[in-house]
Amino acid sequence: MVFPGTNCEADVVHAVESLGASGTLLWHGDATVGQVDAVVVPGGFAHGDYLRTGAIARFSPVMGAVAAFAAAGGPVVGICNGFQVLTEARLLPGALQKNRGLSFICDTTALRIETTSTVLTSRCAPGQVLRIPINHFEGNYTCDADTLARLRDEDRIVCTYVDNPNGSVADIAGVCNEGRNVVGLMPHPERAVDALLGSADGRPLLGSLLDAALDRAGVP
Amino acid sequence: MPTYSVVVDIQLRDGIADPQGATIERALPVLGFGGASGVRVGKVVRFTLDGADEASARAEVEDMCERFLTNPVIESATVTLTPQEP
Repeated sequence: MVFPGTNCEADVVHAVESLGASGTLLWHGDATVGQVDAVVVPGGFAHGDYLRTGAIARFSPVMGAVAAFAAAGGPVVGICNGFQVLTEARLLPGALQKNRGLSFICDTTALRIETTSTVLTSRCAPGQVLRIPINHFEGNYTCDADTLARLRDEDRIVCTYVDNPNGSVADIAGVCNEGRNVVGLMPHPERAVDALLGSADGRPLLGSLLDAALDRAGVP
Repeated sequence: MPTYSVVVDIQLRDGIADPQGATIERALPVLGFGGASGVRVGKVVRFTLDGADEASARAEVEDMCERFLTNPVIESATVTLTPQEP
């Protein structure tokens, strides 16, 4: 998916193609997701992040099609700015705020997998720690106490930071929806698919997504 | 149809951490301004709006706030409407 200001779409296409899938760029102005088997909302600065991150992207024509795709069980993953877009679109609970300390953080973080029952983590082990880069100013996950209790009760905290870099409540780095087919996370698995570039720990995450896509496509 | 000047004052909800406000609050004493506390940073949106009457104009702005101008998860807004002189 590409909005004006998205800048991680080529990395996502490269990453999924290195895992054997075929990537297609979807333009935000088209009110369809075509025939894809999974949707990734990549990072960047959709619509300049004006007003709030994701606030304007949420109204792009494609978002209605993404909501319908998600409601039909299609796997949808929002990475970084894509996570912000999915929270603004109310496809995921909570919101992303400016980092505690007001620093833009570009670093590799240790990410703990809290549940393997999602479209992004099915190939992981519970408690597994992955090295995945983050690159954000507004990654401080926040939600009210009731929402946090629900996320915990329903096992919907997908991954947490081992060493919380940004002030997120409960160290949350990623969450999923009730159907477990929509996942948002601040870290960038698509930037960790090759040991030469520092980490290949993003491969099991994106590999899980491809499993979910194959499942949806009806490929055994 | 009357025209209203609209000011939407957007603030983070109580209990939501405000890193910008906290930073400003720490900086003020360094600059010699003592005694300031409870610093919160928000944003203001101003525009003019035509409406049949003040109640319907206000309802329209509140709908804008709910659906677009604020994120109700973390923000709330105070709306001020002032009739413009014809």
